[in-house]
Amino acid sequence: MSDQKDEKKTNRRDFLFTATAAAGAVGVGAAVWPLVDQMNPDASVKALASTEVDVSSMQPGQSLTVLWRGKPVFIKRRTDDEIKKARAVDINDLKHPEKDEDRAKNPEWLVMLGICTHLGCVPLTDKGDYDGWFCPCHGSHYDTSGRIRKGPAPTNMEIPKYEFVNTNTIKIG
Amino acid sequence: MSDHEYTPSSKFGKWFNDRLPLLTLANHLTDYPTPKNLNYWWTFGGILTFCLITQIVTGLVLAMHYIAHADMAFSSVEHIMRDVNYGWLLRYVHANGASMFFLAVYIHIFRSLFYGSYKSPREIIWILGIIIYLLMMAAAFMGYVLPWGQMSFWGATVITNLFSAIPLVGESITTWLWGGYSVDNPTLTRFFTLHYLIPFLILGLVVLHIWALHVPGNNNPVGIDIKKPSKDTVPFHPYIVIKDAFALLMFCIVFALFVFYQPNILGHADNYIEADPLVTPAHIVPEWYLLPFYAILRSVPDKLMGVVAMLSAILILAALPWLDTSKVRSAVFRPLFRQFYWILVADVLILGYVGAMPAEGLYLLIARVATAYYFAHFLIILPVLGWKEKTTPLPLSITEPVLGGSPNLAAARSDEKIEKTTK
Repeated sequence: MSDQKDEKKTNRRDFLFTATAAAGAVGVGAAVWPLVDQMNPDASVKALASTEVDVSSMQPGQSLTVLWRGKPVFIKRRTDDEIKKARAVDINDLKHPEKDEDRAKNPEWLVMLGICTHLGCVPLTDKGDYDGWFCPCHGSHYDTSGRIRKGPAPTNMEIPKYEFVNTNTIKIG
Repeated sequence: MSDHEYTPSSKFGKWFNDRLPLLTLANHLTDYPTPKNLNYWWTFGGILTFCLITQIVTGLVLAMHYIAHADMAFSSVEHIMRDVNYGWLLRYVHANGASMFFLAVYIHIFRSLFYGSYKSPREIIWILGIIIYLLMMAAAFMGYVLPWGQMSFWGATVITNLFSAIPLVGESITTWLWGGYSVDNPTLTRFFTLHYLIPFLILGLVVLHIWALHVPGNNNPVGIDIKKPSKDTVPFHPYIVIKDAFALLMFCIVFALFVFYQPNILGHADNYIEADPLVTPAHIVPEWYLLPFYAILRSVPDKLMGVVAMLSAILILAALPWLDTSKVRSAVFRPLFRQFYWILVADVLILGYVGAMPAEGLYLLIARVATAYYFAHFLIILPVLGWKEKTTPLPLSITEPVLGGSPNLAAARSDEKIEKTTK
């Protein structure tokens, strides 16, 4: 009885085992991390963070697709009709409720990532049941504000960080 | 595994074998006792080994000419097709070889499903097989990205985006997989590396798969345990070797028909257009062997749940030895299971068909019904059948029904048919 009790008591050897294992785990972790982190975007990828676009020649109703960080960005100069349509929607009807006023600060210009939030395809412009965008891959319909209205996509198309440098130039990123 | 101790006949052989028992291993493999009623559905293990080696050999030489860079990959593949000596042949064998590999693996899997090969004591063989199958899908997917055509690029985009469905960390994981903010050069180079690595992982798992098989020995069409070696078994060499070789020859004829007469029929024309990140092709469709899972993904209207359903459809197979509660292995003696088995085969084919069609209207409805049935088969029908089904009596040995005295005449007859094919 008393022998068993002695065996269960932690002794200095147990402490050494635990301490060695803990130090070993930290060492392995430190050695593995560079192997994992090397797959993250590198410095040259991160350096291409912003793009400037000249939009002076765009007429109302026209849209432009530019590449930013390897992804397409839609720049759409919306017509009055399209703006009206986007703003008339009851926000409670939306799957991902966002006001058009928040998505397009300057109502005439909609700047957003041209990537379907379902699985990353590029939606087609001026198509679909809501006259906005339609993703041919799995059938998501977006309205004239790029908000998801129908189909499997979970959220509205993303608005990147952008600003008007002057009236003719948009800087994305 | 064999009962007798093996001693090499030559003096050198004995000296060598005492130090590294390779000859004992070779002897085990040739003498390995095999049920003598194995039919042609059992030849696909050998065919699959052939497929793996073909992919490794052709892949190795293709890698000598391919350039893994977003600006050069597409033209390097065209260079292989037009300039490299026999490059067209090597690439067509490799590309169609992937399809042949999956064709054989699906037959191999459905063979197991029919004859209950996944049941005790062969669960580990089965699970190793599922892991091999998962790795095959990963290798095939990454290999399809390498030519850097439109389907390559957009297939890669869609599949890597599946990970973005994971809550909280999804976006970081996709960025990590891409090595950027979209599929681009870093993605291509890492896919090439992994595409090169995975076949060797598969090779290692195949060794384990065969090792695990050689412990209990092969299942057989009547699905009963047999004594080894006995009058119910034959040595692997020459009986099974010659049968496997004949089946492989037949398989190679089909393979050659694709390579030489319809090398592009299983591919997509869009992949002969270089990748363009600004234009998505009208229909993104994966290769035919992934279509049933693609249909399951699209049949669920929620992004995360769609991904979960697709992964579950594969992983549920790993739980199969415990979901199928019937003690009888072979479908030959399970009249009800046999019917549900063929419904499942039809269900998977239907899923494959609707996976290739646009996800709307009637197709979507069919995909939903078929998806629901797929899960019902494994989660409801199989466990219940094990309790409810009245199975027909099993023969006492493989030989018994043939020599007469079987308690069940119908079973004996179905065995007779199998016996004939063995001869």
